[in-house]
Amino acid sequence: MPLALEGSQAIARAVALCRPQVVSAYPITPQTHIVENIAKLVADGALDCEYVSVESEHSAASTALGAAAAGARAYTATASQGMLYMSEVLFDISGLRVPLVLTCANRALSGPLSIWNDQSDSMAVRDAGWIQLYCTSNQEAIDTHIQAFRIAQETTLPVMVCVDGFTLTHTMEPLELPAQETVDAFLPAHRFARMLDPQAPLTIGTMVGPEAYSEVRHDHHHALLAAADNILRANADWAAASGRDWGGLLRASGPADARIGILGLGSLIGTLEDAAEQHPELPPTRIIALRAFRPFPFEALQAICADLDELVVVERAISPGAGAIVAAEVRAALSELPRAPRVHAVAAGLGGRDIGIGLYPNLLEVAQNEKIERFRIIDLDPQRLPEELSA
Amino acid sequence: MTAVPIPLSDLRRRQPRFTGISPGHRACQGCGELLAARLVTEAAGPDVVVANATGCLEVTTTNWPDSAWRVPWIHSLFENTAAVASGIEAALKAQSRSSKVLAFAGDGGTFDIGFQALSGMIERGHNVLYVCYDNEAYMNTGVQRSGSTPVGAATTTSPAGKERLGKRHLKKDILSIIAAHYMPYAATATVAYPADLRHKVRRAIEVEGPTFLLVHSPCPQGWGHDGSRTVEVARLGVQSGLVPLIELERGAVTGVMPIREPRPVADYLKAQARFRHLFADSAEAARELQHLQALAEHNIERYGLSAPGPEAHDSEGADTVRRGGNQWA
Ligand SMILES: Cc1ncc(C[n+]2csc(CCOP(=O)(O)OP(=O)(O)O)c2C)c(N)n1
Ligand code: SF4
Ligand SMILES: [Mg+2]
Repeated sequence: MPLALEGSQAIARAVALCRPQVVSAYPITPQTHIVENIAKLVADGALDCEYVSVESEHSAASTALGAAAAGARAYTATASQGMLYMSEVLFDISGLRVPLVLTCANRALSGPLSIWNDQSDSMAVRDAGWIQLYCTSNQEAIDTHIQAFRIAQETTLPVMVCVDGFTLTHTMEPLELPAQETVDAFLPAHRFARMLDPQAPLTIGTMVGPEAYSEVRHDHHHALLAAADNILRANADWAAASGRDWGGLLRASGPADARIGILGLGSLIGTLEDAAEQHPELPPTRIIALRAFRPFPFEALQAICADLDELVVVERAISPGAGAIVAAEVRAALSELPRAPRVHAVAAGLGGRDIGIGLYPNLLEVAQNEKIERFRIIDLDPQRLPEELSA
Repeated sequence: MTAVPIPLSDLRRRQPRFTGISPGHRACQGCGELLAARLVTEAAGPDVVVANATGCLEVTTTNWPDSAWRVPWIHSLFENTAAVASGIEAALKAQSRSSKVLAFAGDGGTFDIGFQALSGMIERGHNVLYVCYDNEAYMNTGVQRSGSTPVGAATTTSPAGKERLGKRHLKKDILSIIAAHYMPYAATATVAYPADLRHKVRRAIEVEGPTFLLVHSPCPQGWGHDGSRTVEVARLGVQSGLVPLIELERGAVTGVMPIREPRPVADYLKAQARFRHLFADSAEAARELQHLQALAEHNIERYGLSAPGPEAHDSEGADTVRRGGNQWA
């Protein structure tokens, strides 16, 4: 029976179902409701874990790292400035190959200060060596967190589960929370083979010289690429257990004969799908939700785009001075196809600007442009731009 | 006089049985920090987990594929050691394991960049012994000044020159700051008095909660003295009053190592090249020397370090009296 839950509350309950042993957290909007809900579960005796209220995000990530290295199932959550503040630790966690799960309640970055949603934070740490999974809905967020704990411990890689701040975290909706037995059957008890243990002392985090550093990076890179299989298997097994299939690395909807594709990450996918339904007069479109951004799903993406003529990538972040982030990688991947679609890149919904149904026809217009759209912010308000830039 | 032979079994008993750090590491000869860490791990024993900050101790002991550590050990970053230790401790608690967590960091990793994490760890009451190996500068990166560098000391970022006499700011009183956390146990120690150091390590480990040890650890490289004089320099630091050896419980002084005959601070300073410029023939240099002497006298006064007459464990006799002796028999 579905329960009416706020996204954050649902994520907190999903995390609790995974029986974390150590949770460390520092509050930042829009992540706060997640960690508050977990604190309450602990206070009420519904979750038996060490809840460490640290003094900063740097320490939140470090405490989770220490806990995971000592063999505990560990969890933390953050967003925005907190993600940047802990970024030093994020690279270290993955480089030391310590598995844990982090929720990113996606939010824009300062300055200027914005508490609202985009994906600048998780995109800024895309090279941190973590698995990154983006959720299109709160139901997917519940299911993805449960899968994330299994993927982390199978791969000894940290997993970042990205959910759009406010759009998902603060939305109340009917959601299916799995039974504890279902989760227990899916997620084996936590084990970390290299754990810190006086009975079998290991040294973790040595200084590595030029004679081996490249090999460490090579291993790490290939571990991430190989994690695609773990993501697919976790998705398939969870689909069998729950009846919900989120596509593994990516998923597509729309008519099979579509020649135009729109690719995005996160909650905007639902909006685009609704829009496509409301606009049957427009050309058929394949809407592609990129679920795994790291590892980047080269083959799956090539397969799903092979028969397209046009692909519009919707960015929820910007790389100033270059523009596109996701599209740059999509273009590189599709360039290997014998007949690659044209790839257009636009950003939308930066700093919480509303993404509505109206975006959809605009994206289709971009797809039908004579010129390839290299990159632009598609929902600019010309009134707010200096005159020389508003042309 | 004929020496009384000590039976082998007895000798063994008096020897520390466990060494946490093996020889073969790459620290400089006479490195006070390595000596201190060896003493701390010996006293702590094998049932520990160590989180170690970036710095000389970490860099010289873990050059992949070698490791000098015989205890489980993790290095993450420079400033997060107290938080990593907090996480380890939380994990051990969650798993009902009882090993003691030790956090090791230099003065830079403690007084400066890692201070916030340390303060948080203490405030949250984690059962961790945090040991700061205080060599009074960022040694690992080439002797730059830290919040622990004493006033007047020359470092590569507080050099002495025509306009400057080394560092212009006082050494941070970290122990008082730590004690202000209503700390169950915080103490200073030095490599010059190993028995005292061991005692403090054991005391700190007994406490169920956060404890802090500040271990004065001369660095021949950065201080400019011969590696063979490490212990002597450390001892002069104590005997001059500049390095008070004290114990604090919940902020109150509960133990001090008395100084029977304080040595002039100049004796301590003269032994080190980092203070050489203070002995130049100038009014400014003389004033800075006086300043340091006054700081030492302030310590003696503040902690009541003067002890007239012989004392079982004062700064003259403590080590010889207590080494493997009555205290640990
Ligand atoms: C965030 C960060 N800033 C700077 C450094 C460079 N760094 C590494 S060790 C070190 C100095 C360590 O000094 P201290 O903590 O006193 O230890 P010591 O080497 O003197 O034992 C510095 C500045 C770093 N590793 N990380
Ligand atoms: S530089 Fe100083 S602290 Fe570092 S290893 Fe050498 S003597 Fe020890
Ligand atoms: Mg130092």
